Amino acid sequence: MEITAAPMPDTRHVAHHFDDAEQQFVAAELGMWVFLATEVLFFGGVFCGYAIYRFKYAAEFIAGSHRLDVWLGTVNTAVLLTSSLTMALAVHAAQTSRRGALVRNLLLTLLLGAAFLGVKGYEYHHKFEERLVPGRNFRFVAHSAHVPESLQPAKEEKVDPRQVELFFSLYFAMTGLHALHMIIGIGVLAVLIVAAGRGAFSGGYFTPIEMTGLYWHFVDIVWVFLFPLLYLIR
Amino acid sequence: MTGSECQMDPGFQLFPEQASSFAPGVDALYGFLLGVAGFFTILIFLAIVFLALYYRRSAVRDRKRGSGAKLWVLEAIWIIVPLALTMVMFLWGTAAYIEQRVLPADAIELTVVGKQWMWKIQHPQGRSEINELHVPVGQPVVLRMISEDVIHSFYVPAFRVKMDVLPQRYTSLWFQATQPGVYHLFCAEYCGTEHADMSGRVIVMQPSAYAEWLAGGREQPPVTTGEKLFAQLRCDTCHYQGGQPRCPSLANLYGQPVRLADGTIVTVDEAYLRESILNPAAKVVAGYQTIMPTFEGQLSEEQIFHLIEYIESLSVMPADTGQPTPVESPARGFPASSRAVTPRSSEGSGQIPRRTSE
Amino acid sequence: MTVQGFAHRNYLNADYRFRSWLWTTDHKRIAILYMISITMFFFVGGAAAVLFRLELMTPRGDLTIAETYNRLFTLHGVIMVFFFLIPSIPAVLGNFLLPMMIGARDLAFPRLNLASWYIFMLGGVMAVGAIIAGGADTGWTFYTPYSSTYTNTNVILMALGVFVAGFSSILTGLNFIVTIHTMRAPGLTWFRLPLFVWAHYATSLIMVLGTPVIAITLLLVVLERGLGIPIFDPKMGGDPLLFQHLFWFYSHPAVYIMILPSMGVISEIVACFARNRVFGYKFIAFSSLAIAVIGFLVWGHHMFVSGQSVYAGMVFSFMSMLVAVPSAIKVFNWTATLHKGAVSLETPMLYALGFIGLFTLGGLTGLFLATLAIDVHVHDTYFVVAHFHYIMVGGAVMGYLGGIHFWWPKMTGRMYPEWWGRLSAGIIFIGFNLTFFPQFVLGYLGMPRRVHEYVEEFQVLNVMSSAGASILGVGYLIPLAYLIWSLRYGPLASANPWGATGLEWQTESPPTTFNFDKTPVVREEAYHYDTGLTEASHSHVL
Repeated sequence: MEITAAPMPDTRHVAHHFDDAEQQFVAAELGMWVFLATEVLFFGGVFCGYAIYRFKYAAEFIAGSHRLDVWLGTVNTAVLLTSSLTMALAVHAAQTSRRGALVRNLLLTLLLGAAFLGVKGYEYHHKFEERLVPGRNFRFVAHSAHVPESLQPAKEEKVDPRQVELFFSLYFAMTGLHALHMIIGIGVLAVLIVAAGRGAFSGGYFTPIEMTGLYWHFVDIVWVFLFPLLYLIR
Repeated sequence: MTGSECQMDPGFQLFPEQASSFAPGVDALYGFLLGVAGFFTILIFLAIVFLALYYRRSAVRDRKRGSGAKLWVLEAIWIIVPLALTMVMFLWGTAAYIEQRVLPADAIELTVVGKQWMWKIQHPQGRSEINELHVPVGQPVVLRMISEDVIHSFYVPAFRVKMDVLPQRYTSLWFQATQPGVYHLFCAEYCGTEHADMSGRVIVMQPSAYAEWLAGGREQPPVTTGEKLFAQLRCDTCHYQGGQPRCPSLANLYGQPVRLADGTIVTVDEAYLRESILNPAAKVVAGYQTIMPTFEGQLSEEQIFHLIEYIESLSVMPADTGQPTPVESPARGFPASSRAVTPRSSEGSGQIPRRTSE
Repeated sequence: MTVQGFAHRNYLNADYRFRSWLWTTDHKRIAILYMISITMFFFVGGAAAVLFRLELMTPRGDLTIAETYNRLFTLHGVIMVFFFLIPSIPAVLGNFLLPMMIGARDLAFPRLNLASWYIFMLGGVMAVGAIIAGGADTGWTFYTPYSSTYTNTNVILMALGVFVAGFSSILTGLNFIVTIHTMRAPGLTWFRLPLFVWAHYATSLIMVLGTPVIAITLLLVVLERGLGIPIFDPKMGGDPLLFQHLFWFYSHPAVYIMILPSMGVISEIVACFARNRVFGYKFIAFSSLAIAVIGFLVWGHHMFVSGQSVYAGMVFSFMSMLVAVPSAIKVFNWTATLHKGAVSLETPMLYALGFIGLFTLGGLTGLFLATLAIDVHVHDTYFVVAHFHYIMVGGAVMGYLGGIHFWWPKMTGRMYPEWWGRLSAGIIFIGFNLTFFPQFVLGYLGMPRRVHEYVEEFQVLNVMSSAGASILGVGYLIPLAYLIWSLRYGPLASANPWGATGLEWQTESPPTTFNFDKTPVVREEAYHYDTGLTEASHSHVL
């Protein structure tokens, strides 16, 4: 592999206040990790709320979870994991200065991300039709016709619809925040694709690709936690 | 002297009156902390002034510095001394706090509802009052509190007690007044526009004057109100004495452990009764169906208090049959006697039945 | 008086165009932008304080009605906490000095630094917009369910303003952490760093790890209030105590965001004006980290009477007691630094010594609040108000003003008038104590906070407090006047007017755009003041 022979650092991109490209790269990488630590705490707030309410209102959360489409959730998980793979391939392509592979993989990542959002949008729409969006029009009916008989738990009539609404509040807050991060990521990818097409990156300078990769993987990992917590509880 | 005739002294004070059994203890602890704080503040102040003047730049002094061997000794001292002092504060403060938080068994129980922007207080014998609280001197008083809207905080500085009053959840505090007189009652948690006006008076009276004051009211005791409400809401359609396998008997239920459908055992207390009235499905006793309708939104917090007092009054049978058995099934949910307990309404007696076991 | 110009080309006269300030990525210019912004916010928040201190002269609400009063103290709290205190020392002095102190040409991410100022201003405009549109009346604590359901004031805009400003804080912290890790000059090991840098490192950790939690919490309040999505609503089974836990998880450490940088400033000033190495350097450095770490584990002491369990109360009381230890370490070490020093009492030193005294009292009264049984009585009374003003005003603001005077020659190239400086430091110290000491007494007497009317026996102490506030107000206006005056008429400052050590004094006053012509190499520990009698700086720059 040609990666073993480290390409010469591309000094054109070294900002005036850094001594060399290595210092600049280390700074960018540390900055990204610190930013991700911030993000962990940001999501941590909602996860903490989720944990407390889930413990308090277990039956309601399970009933709410049954209204989510596990299949769409699974498909979306697969889509997102695949996009992480293409993102990793993009970083590798950048390191090895293969411009075509870089653009192709970034584009694939972007499309997979968009597909994820499309599925998510469909799910939101569906919840809207089922009146499961919290607020004045929220209505939770036990044994909804939308859910197949086999999936309907026997005890559902006992649950308090108000706490099912709490579940959906958290569902929309958590997946909404996640989707917002996806949208930002897709925006950054679009910029990178244009820059990569112009040949801005090479094995000597690929910091933005690598940092976006870290971000993308983080957003992916958040989903890996969200999916079982929201879709798979029993 | 009856308390209600006392007037609050509007003079200048530096220290609040001590009017409860907690006050001397809290003040002693406060005195200890004042001593520590005063000592260190003066120590640091004097040290700074002395060192700054003695080692002023124009003065000729020996400024040869030591080897630094003393550093560790000094640092160790000023780590260990503050640590030891704070641990004394922690232990002392915690002991005094636990005393405040463990409710006495033989207390007068009053209910308090906080709402924007008033305090509503209900005595078990029937009198209710707004922004005033009459209590007898020398007897422990427990307040069971809830808010109709936002968070409030019940605060009587002369008693050194304070507790937040939350919506949808009971909190409680207790005190034993030691000095007849009139004291301030404040809301300490900011609760909206008229927060400053959500205050009133606590009137501590001699027991005889208190009894006289209690008799002066013409309201019905909450147990009676609760009993009427119980009938009015048709609770007695199912929860009547004698039979009905559809629902658990309420006789002798209060204070007892019950087993729920999922196997957990909970004690029937105010919080459980309140939840079961508002959200009957939440914790159903094993062996029963959820057929009771919810009363969410139909009852004020005061009415819920009345219902609970009524249900509490149904537990007059001494539970002297050894360990209370968890209520498990309709068959075992009833008292052994064929004629079920007649709820003893406290009409006329002015006495609320006390629970006998806890 | 003739007005002299600077002989050399520096960051101030490099470019005079307005655009060159708005698009600058120079950390020093961004610091100046922050300084102007937070000074404006300080006087907005201060004006509100003047109004409600006037109202509190009498027991009845005769100057303002309750609605106005509640908006005033909310405005004061939100503006002072989020738009003055939190950015004060880090965003002004930290931004200006941190790169210079470690021998760097700028922060690691200069454009991010500028972006965080714009984000801060956007948040500020939103908060001020909320005030102009009628204000919010929740207090700066935004407690639910009052904020989410009951009040009909501009909570959404106000909370979003704070939310947005939070990101500015996060980005500043991130920038500092990366800069300190990656951009230190050759030879500048961790234990050669000035304590100012250590303090900012600890502060940045809190900014980065704490701020996102309040951001998400306020966002949830906004969602609940704006879109009707229940999260904390008790009627829906939501838990208002969850809000308090999440809020204080940030907002207690936020107190350390305010005080830690100030402690860093004090370490620099005390060492310089005592001509002595800081006593127990490593203890002070690690105590900053200890405060940052333990600070994340004490938030529940705001909730001793909230209905949280007795056990939780005990744990939080215990942890809060532990914070006293690193705080005590600092106070004792600063005092010991005077020993065998050569002390001179210029304005910055007066502020620093004032800080030590006021912080001692503020910290010790914190122990009253950490002690469970006493907190039950004084929680949500003026005792708490007095305590946190001793920390935030007596501590953080004194440190900020001391730092501004200390580094004013470096930042502007001009000296401030020393006599006026000492006078205003004295006035502020006296005014501050007269304002806030009576409030301890009021609190123990039982006067609740956030009330516009009170019972008559509290009046004497309230009048004392208001009188002190007017003295304090004058004390703050004097430096505003003479510092602005000095920008044009102050004598030109030398590179190192105080004879201080530290790399920032090795550059010219004001510094050039890239701080150092050549990257400095550090060969000595910080604060290598020798006999304490030499005025000359020690060149350790090769």
